[in-house]
Amino acid sequence: MINTIATTANALTILVYAAIPLTIILVYALVAIWAERKIAGFIQDRLGPMRVGGWHGWAQSIADLLKLIQKEDIIPTNASRFLFKFAPFMMFAASYAAFAVIPFSSGYIGSNINIGVFYLLAVTSLLTLSIIMAAWASNNKWSLLGGMRSAAQMVSYEVPTIATVLTVIVVSGSLNLMTVTEMQSGNDILGFLPNWFIFQNPFLLVAFVIFFISILAESHRVPFDLPESESELVAGYQTEYSGIRWAMFMLAEYADMLLLSLLGATLFFGGWNSPFGEFMSGPLWGFFWYMLKGLLLVFVMMWIRWTLPRYRVDQLMHICWSILIPLSFINLVLVALWELIF
Amino acid sequence: MVNAMKEGWSTFKSIFIGMSVTIRHFFGPTVTLQYPDERYELPKNSRAKLYVNIDDCIGCNLCARACPVNCIDIETVAATADVDLGKTSTGNPKRFWLTQFDIDMAKCMYCDLCVHPCPTNCIYMVSEYEYSEFDRTNLVFHFSNLKPEMVAEVKEKAEIEAEEKKKQREEMAKKKAEEAKMKKEIEAKKKEHQKPGNDSNAPSKPDNNGGA
Repeated sequence: MINTIATTANALTILVYAAIPLTIILVYALVAIWAERKIAGFIQDRLGPMRVGGWHGWAQSIADLLKLIQKEDIIPTNASRFLFKFAPFMMFAASYAAFAVIPFSSGYIGSNINIGVFYLLAVTSLLTLSIIMAAWASNNKWSLLGGMRSAAQMVSYEVPTIATVLTVIVVSGSLNLMTVTEMQSGNDILGFLPNWFIFQNPFLLVAFVIFFISILAESHRVPFDLPESESELVAGYQTEYSGIRWAMFMLAEYADMLLLSLLGATLFFGGWNSPFGEFMSGPLWGFFWYMLKGLLLVFVMMWIRWTLPRYRVDQLMHICWSILIPLSFINLVLVALWELIF
Repeated sequence: MVNAMKEGWSTFKSIFIGMSVTIRHFFGPTVTLQYPDERYELPKNSRAKLYVNIDDCIGCNLCARACPVNCIDIETVAATADVDLGKTSTGNPKRFWLTQFDIDMAKCMYCDLCVHPCPTNCIYMVSEYEYSEFDRTNLVFHFSNLKPEMVAEVKEKAEIEAEEKKKQREEMAKKKAEEAKMKKEIEAKKKEHQKPGNDSNAPSKPDNNGGA
């Protein structure tokens, strides 16, 4: 009897523990979609959504979500029904699962495992799989083209991403993201700068630039949004989707953006460390700083989206294979040398 | 290698230039006007809708005749002798009941040609532009303020008066005709009397000259 109560309590605790990133993702997605539209508006001298909910249309994404829930769930006759239905949920599951190793604050990490970064990169490659799944199951030329592009793009850009993550791992010597963050505590560089990896080593700055470009491609953001380029492929792999399944894709995409931005914030900008040393630090402040850093990177992604046009497929591949990959490997060697010498 | 670095540098430079432009616009003012809540004030001479100040209309029909697309439809009934319709604000006497003054804004092409002929300046363009309708026939604006029973009464009265006048005119015409007959007969008698002596005096000579 006592035993079952204990197990139930344990299971509940685990459930609540696991639900924290989910809550963060859901709230973030609503805010981010609204913010994306507002940022697009302001950059183009417009106002963006203004009417739903009063102040600056803050409830616009909630209204959109309610609309999407009510929409008909259309499955094409010639689609592969199971794969078609399953793909969006698998995509969201993949990006949600990756949040397990993200240290949201010094007091919270889903799973404090020693191969955190490795696990994250492995799980996010499921995203490619689910996109191909959706594309193939849709039985539609736009979807298939989008899916093929997505596969080519994500497989290619995983190489520079992993190479740049590896440079950080060379410096930190640990795959555990909590340890990586803890290593960046303190304000010792030049007496006032925080001990973040981006300030520790000039080659890590180059690594960050390469990393940022590749996460733009990994999360299908402009200028690398070829898998869903609406002007050529209608909506890429999402073409046949509607209603809540399409919303799941959207959610997964925004979650992926946040995930990769948070990974960047952990690897290069000190994770949950406060930029002012001991001042304003602690588990809650840590969460605040971490989300601030992540959302700033997300903002930069949106800012780039409304600035740059889209690359061609061959340009995309050229950037990856003949610029980013050689550069990231040379950079890896240089960082390793720097670490040996200093 | 040097070339590649140069290219890379120019790429980054152009990206940063583009991003500085967008961030300036991000913090800059927006140009959106939230239409149903705010509106632009149209200039005074904007042509958006025709309006008729029916109290000043004298029913002269000049606007309807000036209209190139025949969108103005006016029906007037002469005022009978027992009523005084008064004067317009410009001092012109009003002599007609305006039983119908319709403007079809669906046909109107906003040319302003009807406005200028009006002697009392009672038809003019106003800046009101929000009068869209689901049915085209609702775009016919009725400016006549006479009630239908009033219209019928006025028409009846006018007809009676017109008939009376006609009768009077006919009587007058009859009288004139009789008088003319009488005169002719008298003249004929006179001529018969004077015929032998007055033959060379042709009375139709000046008429012939005028006709030529």
